[in-house]
Formats: sequence, structure tokens, C-alpha cells
Amino acid sequence: MVVTASTCCTETVFDYSWIHVVSAYWNRYPNPSSTHVLTEDTIRREVRDGKLYSRRLLSKTNPVPKWGARFYNNLPVKIVEDSVLDPVKKTFTTFTRNLGMKKIMKVDEIVVYSEQKDGRTLAVRRAYISSQVFGFSRAIRAFGIERFKSNGHKASNGFNYVLRRMFPQNQLAASSPTTSVNSQSAVANVTYSDMAVASANHSSTSSTTEALKRTAKISYEFCKGHASKIAQLFSVKN
Amino acid sequence: MNSIGDDCNELKKQYDACFNNWFSERFLKGETDDSVCAPIFKVYQECVKRAMREQKIELREIESDYTTASEFDNNNSATGSSGKPQGSQNKS
Repeated sequence: MVVTASTCCTETVFDYSWIHVVSAYWNRYPNPSSTHVLTEDTIRREVRDGKLYSRRLLSKTNPVPKWGARFYNNLPVKIVEDSVLDPVKKTFTTFTRNLGMKKIMKVDEIVVYSEQKDGRTLAVRRAYISSQVFGFSRAIRAFGIERFKSNGHKASNGFNYVLRRMFPQNQLAASSPTTSVNSQSAVANVTYSDMAVASANHSSTSSTTEALKRTAKISYEFCKGHASKIAQLFSVKN
Repeated sequence: MNSIGDDCNELKKQYDACFNNWFSERFLKGETDDSVCAPIFKVYQECVKRAMREQKIELREIESDYTTASEFDNNNSATGSSGKPQGSQNKS
């Protein structure tokens, strides 16, 4: 059984031109909000049809509590980030996913950076979370979108820090009253957030023994309590 | 930022510097020839791949082709998500 939840869409506006945002993107680590990011490597890169394709490998610390040791060893989490940058259309799309541990939780995230009419840069972010852990669907529903909402500001603050440092003279005048020039300059605007949980039964329907039920209950309790932490761990937005 | 291989840090730094310069001074200005950083990239890659092997990172999965938007959507809808995002197409 695979359970998938999706979020749509968190929008963030950066007060910098698209050119500055994509230039800073490659240099956004380290920043004060990214202390959990340990390493960053480009493992593939090429220009195809005028577009820049990159693959990067990131590793993050693994602040998993003791219970986590039941599921997996305590190695840093590895994340693969693919990206396509079109300098003509001025779009930059990143796709991130975690390597390994996908049965517990698979997080796919897509962010599209594009130029707004006012010259600022819009980032639209979508995420998909899925898990094969029995009993996880309710857990996903339990923490669901809240984590993405609550981390919206924090996620862009780290990037804004790097932007300000790299391009101190290039911040665009805020054209929106909700945008200020301090560290809150990114307006994380959850325009629409909903989650659909759909389950697909692939097999194993009749093997519902008591033991399985107990395990499911325990795993549900684990997951419910820590789903948010796991998702935060896998997400590379910060 | 550090590399995954401790001994690759210096190579990574050199490559990143080369790339950043190429990216802003050439690529964003319309030049698509990326051969200027190719030599340092090659050496850096050998180092990183070695470190990845040592750390038993699944190379097979990493060596697949790049994810694309359509493939990304397919993969995710195939898992049974009925939560097709709305309004996400208006940005591309």
C-alpha cells in the first residue's frame, strides 16, 4: 500500500531579479537556517538545447530520536536535487527527492522559479509525500500541510540571507505592502493548500493478523508523532 | 559548503568558483559552451564518485537520467495521488 499526499502550492516572492536568484541558488549553503545541511556536491552537469541540467547530492544531519533506530541506522540523509535552468524563458525548476528510506517516507518536491512582471522572482513549490509504512495514511493526514505552511517563512529566510549578502545593492523595491526589507522580505503565501490522500492496494490484503494490527498501531503512533520531523529532515528547502 | 568526501573539498571549491564565474559571466549571457570548467569538473567528479562508493551511496539510482517535469508528475500520480495540484501550470 502506498499512500501519497500532495501539497499545492506555496508561493514565495523574492525581491531580487531572476538572474540574481538563480546565481545565488548555487551558493545558498551555508546560511544560518541551513545548519543541518552537511555536504553539497554537484555530481552531474551539462548544457542541453541551451538549458543547464544539474544534479546535486546533499546530505543532512539526522536528528532522529531514539525510536528512529528501530527503522534505520543513523547515517546522514542523502538528497538528490535535479534542476533545469532555461536562460531564455527565465525559468528554473528544481526537483528533489530523498535517497533510500523510501518505504518509510518518500518526499518529492518541485520548485519553479520564474520572473514576475514586476521584475521580482516567484517561487512556486509543490511537495508530494508518500509512505509504504502500514497505518501511515492517517499519520500523513495528521501532520499534513501544517508543516509546509509553518516552514514557508523559515525556508526562504536562509535563501534571502544569501541573496542579501551576495547582492546587497540589488534588492528590488517592495511593490507589495506586505513585503518589507528586513529578514521577512519573502512573502510566503500559501494560496491554496489541500491534501489528497489516496491509497492503492497492491497486495497483502488478507494477512491481517493480530500481530500486524498491533504493529500497525505502534507504527502509526510513531509516525504520527514524528512524521513532521521526518518530512523536515528530507526537505531541502532550508 | 563541504563535499561528501573530505579529500574533495579543495577540488569542489575550485570547481564551484569556476562554475559560478562561467554561470554568471557566460551562460546567463547566452554562451552555452561549458568546456571551460570541464577539466576541473572531471577531477572533482572522480573524487566525489570515489567518496560515494566508499560511503556506499546507491550509484545506480543517482546515475539515472534527469528528472523532468512530466516524468515527475507521472511518477507521483502513479502512486495514487488524486491531489492533482491546481494552478501550478500558470507559472511555466
